[in-house]
Amino acid sequence: MTSATAKATPPTWQPLCATADLVAYSGVAAWIETPKGPAQVALFYIPCGPNTPRPAGPMTTGDASQATELYAVDHHDPFSDANVIARGIVGDIQGEPVVASPIYKQHFRLSDGQCLEDETVRLRCWPLRLENGQVLIATD
Amino acid sequence: MTTPTPQDLIIIGNGMVGHHLVEQLIERGATEQYRVTVFGEERHRAYDRVHLSEYFADGDAQSLAMCDADFYAQNGIELRLHEAVTALDRDQGEVVTDQGRYAYDRLVLATGSYPFVPPIPGNDRENCLVYRTLDDLDAIRAAAKTATTGVVVGGGLLGLEAANALRGLDLDTAVVEFAPRLMPMQVDTEGGELLREKIEALGVQVLTGRATRHIEDGTASFHRMVFQDDKILETDLVVFSAGIRPRDELARDAALEMGERGGVAIDERCLTSDPAILAIGEVALWQNSIFGLVAPGYQMAKAAADTLLGGELTFEGADMSTKLKLLGVDVGAIGDAHGNQNPGARMFRYLDEIKQEYRKLVVSSDGKKLLGAMLVGDNATYDTLMQYYSNGLELPEDPAALILPSSEGAPTLGADALPEGATICSCHNVTKGAICETIDAGAIDLGAVKAATKASTGCGGCAALLKSVVDHELEARGVEVDHSICEHFAHTRQELYSLVRVEGIKTFSELIEKHGSPQTQGLGSSSAPKLGCDICKPAVASILASCFNEPITDAAHIPLQDTNDTFMANMQKNGTYSVVPRIPGGEITPSKLRVLGEVGEKYGLYTKITGGQRVDLFGAHLEDLPDIWGELIDAGFETGHAYGKSLRTVKSCVGSTWCRYGVQDSVGMAIRLENRYKGLRSPHKIKFAVSGCTRECAEAQSKDIGVIATENGWNLYVCGNGGMRPRHGELFATDLDDDALISTIDRLLMFYVRTADRLQRTSVWRESLEGGLDYLKKVVLEDSLGINEELEAQMQTVISNYECEWAGALKDPEKLKRFRSFVNDARPDPDIIVTEERGQLRPA
Ligand SMILES: Cc1cc2nc3c(=O)[nH]c(=O)nc-3n(C[C@H](O)[C@H](O)[C@H](O)COP(=O)(O)OP(=O)(O)OC[C@H]3O[C@@H](n4cnc5c(N)ncnc54)[C@H](O)[C@@H]3O)c2cc1C
Ligand code: SF4
Ligand code: SF4
Ligand code: FES
Repeated sequence: MTSATAKATPPTWQPLCATADLVAYSGVAAWIETPKGPAQVALFYIPCGPNTPRPAGPMTTGDASQATELYAVDHHDPFSDANVIARGIVGDIQGEPVVASPIYKQHFRLSDGQCLEDETVRLRCWPLRLENGQVLIATD
Repeated sequence: MTTPTPQDLIIIGNGMVGHHLVEQLIERGATEQYRVTVFGEERHRAYDRVHLSEYFADGDAQSLAMCDADFYAQNGIELRLHEAVTALDRDQGEVVTDQGRYAYDRLVLATGSYPFVPPIPGNDRENCLVYRTLDDLDAIRAAAKTATTGVVVGGGLLGLEAANALRGLDLDTAVVEFAPRLMPMQVDTEGGELLREKIEALGVQVLTGRATRHIEDGTASFHRMVFQDDKILETDLVVFSAGIRPRDELARDAALEMGERGGVAIDERCLTSDPAILAIGEVALWQNSIFGLVAPGYQMAKAAADTLLGGELTFEGADMSTKLKLLGVDVGAIGDAHGNQNPGARMFRYLDEIKQEYRKLVVSSDGKKLLGAMLVGDNATYDTLMQYYSNGLELPEDPAALILPSSEGAPTLGADALPEGATICSCHNVTKGAICETIDAGAIDLGAVKAATKASTGCGGCAALLKSVVDHELEARGVEVDHSICEHFAHTRQELYSLVRVEGIKTFSELIEKHGSPQTQGLGSSSAPKLGCDICKPAVASILASCFNEPITDAAHIPLQDTNDTFMANMQKNGTYSVVPRIPGGEITPSKLRVLGEVGEKYGLYTKITGGQRVDLFGAHLEDLPDIWGELIDAGFETGHAYGKSLRTVKSCVGSTWCRYGVQDSVGMAIRLENRYKGLRSPHKIKFAVSGCTRECAEAQSKDIGVIATENGWNLYVCGNGGMRPRHGELFATDLDDDALISTIDRLLMFYVRTADRLQRTSVWRESLEGGLDYLKKVVLEDSLGINEELEAQMQTVISNYECEWAGALKDPEKLKRFRSFVNDARPDPDIIVTEERGQLRPA
């Protein structure tokens, strides 16, 4: 694909896994092929979080009528050079959803992959979408 | 209306207030002057509506009746029950019923009010009922026969009373309240929260901040209630208790002056805009207020009787103070309980989360007069407060004393309210004044105050209050303070621990919902829910586990844990895991040892003997963990919890079995101890050792719990440490027999679990106990806090709930799903590369 056509085309969505493969308020890893080669992505599923609009009331898991937050970032942890990001703890810092690397505990913002401890480090991100029980990812 | 004496007096409504009027009239001989006729729409003569709920208890309408059956007749009063007045004809001076027309000279409206049913589609379905009359109760009772669940819409005073009644009918009961808290009229947020806890503890589900959108057919139950947020609740029976509205339709049709939002306007003599007509009770509106209580109604009845007799007695408004017991919970509200009607009013608040009591005083800006008060959980002070309030007595110099517990206790709020002499820490008898002194002498944080005063180093019950006093005092001196565990909770681990225990909180989401930092709570659609973070989530997971010991792999707990707890293995630097089966006491059979070798070989694991006398298998791929553990468990192994903040190992020497010096079976005791405490989640890891004689080959004195055999039993050493900050264990008790040793360790460990900080080893914890070893001995050995039984019981719960997490996980396909490197691909992580060294594999 040339850059000229890439600019014009809308993202192509490819199926990744079933929604049921996701773990609420936590992460799982997936393998994807991208135009730039294979990549390991960490998928995070937050049924109800800081960026999810919702009515008042107790936090519940798995209420399908609620909007959800879904993020895909690099599974590779640049600090430990191991593929472990999906196994970090999901949380929020100052209202932004983050994941903490399970090895050296740096935090990465899920919305854009930015490392909060080191501004020069940022994980790649991919758009995700839910459709008919499937998780779709745009890899280009 | 030409009849001279006697005149015709008609009273519409034979409720509590209408009846009281009749009594007043009789008492004052008014029956000479008036021919009295009373119309009552209900079948029953006046009964005690306030105690309506007792009808469910004894089923006897008679016992609620306000008078004997022939009381009216004997006094020459005509009582026409079951005959509703349908219209007033003021021109003719007549009232109209479906049986005829009756002339009056004077008329009294005592029609009370009716329960408001919110305009929710479906509110008229069968088994959607209200709670106001004996007939309503009969209907509820009938409907309950075929029901298993019931919902009360409305969490006010009457709603809770109705909920209690449903409970009494053996229904699973829920209360749905539109406002963010229960009894919004009477109590504030704190009080409402406490009330909720108490009521939930009775098994009544409480849903606040919920607006019902409609009611439709249910699937599991008769009805399904659909809320504004699309959530649903199924129930067989709905009782509306969403407030009351005056029954003013007669007056409205007759064009009497009404309030904007209903109610028949009256003056201080209870006269309506038509001087021939009076109104009293809940239908009457006085200075724009309706009084939904019986006492003001009675005062109106008195004034009305006087007016009818030509007197001057007036109704001057009434106090809405109430004292009730709802669902067994005391609630009291006096005067301006919210403190929002008196600008400049000041408040004192006292919250005891242990005893679950909340008290609040609203006093005038000069601190001299009581303007209002609110009590939840204990009405003992109501009467005194009422004295101050109603008589306008000058308050004592220190009004807070009125709501503080007189003896020991653990107030947790209202630092500013406490007098200098108030005891903050009863264990160490530290007053607020003493705390202020240390701060003035230079203590700059909680730790320094603790060190200087010993406050909060005892039972820990005063931790929250101490913190609030210290924070308050520091802030007053311009020091910024923050001892929050993280941005999500303005609490320390101990505080979270007691919240979890005292309130029986079982999930992280419930905890953050209830006790998250203010900006964290779900206070409405504008504020987003918080997820917690990698500091508070594992800390709470550990607290929950040490309180309830539910499997850490349960769905609600998974997102809380760090990867080691989630995958029940320790992550190593290349993303692989180590596998550490438990080898209690370091004793292992040759055949089990062989299994370890075989498993290691099969899965390419690096094996090493650890300092804790067991074998670590390193380098396991995520997706191999279940298979590895399957084989280990088949061979009789259990998880070693090497990944958890919990008991690691109990090291032992071979003891009397083999060693010529040994005086006790150290291995046997080590195995017993390890099996007892395995799986205990704690603020940090815990290590034990048992030596078979004083030669101490097991190095027990460098462990959290060290046991050394004596001729007569065991010596117990506590709070030792190896590692980075070595500390010798201290001799705690001598010559204990087996059982005494175990119960002592039970208490000590549980006390540690309860009171230590996050990631505080026993050694550091012990040093922070300013009462020192003596204090610890007093608590554990002499039961100075009276909590030993509780500590032992709690330990017993943890022990009996133990299950090997790996064995549990292997049985659960949902849990096993997590052990995949990729959800969409079976390959292992290709980036894990190993190399060989000294005959084993290691990360490249
Ligand atoms: C369950 C429950 C618990 C309560 N607990 C307390 C408490 O703890 N403390 C407290 O102070 N208050 C309490 N109350 C409130 C108290 O009962 C009322 O304030 C009091 O009953 C009001 O008296 P009333 O006579 O004005 O009205 P009601 O008692 O309602 O009597 C009015 C009567 O008039 C009749 N009527 C209406 N219209 C007509 C008509 N057109 N023709 C003929 N008859 C008519 C009605 O059927 C009714 O019987 C409670 C109420 C309930 C329902
Ligand atoms: S502690 Fe005593 S019994 Fe144990 S091995 Fe050493 S000498 Fe022998
Ligand atoms: S001593 Fe240091 S390097 Fe060795 S295992 Fe412990 S933490 Fe790791
Ligand atoms: S009251 Fe302060 S430690 Fe017990």
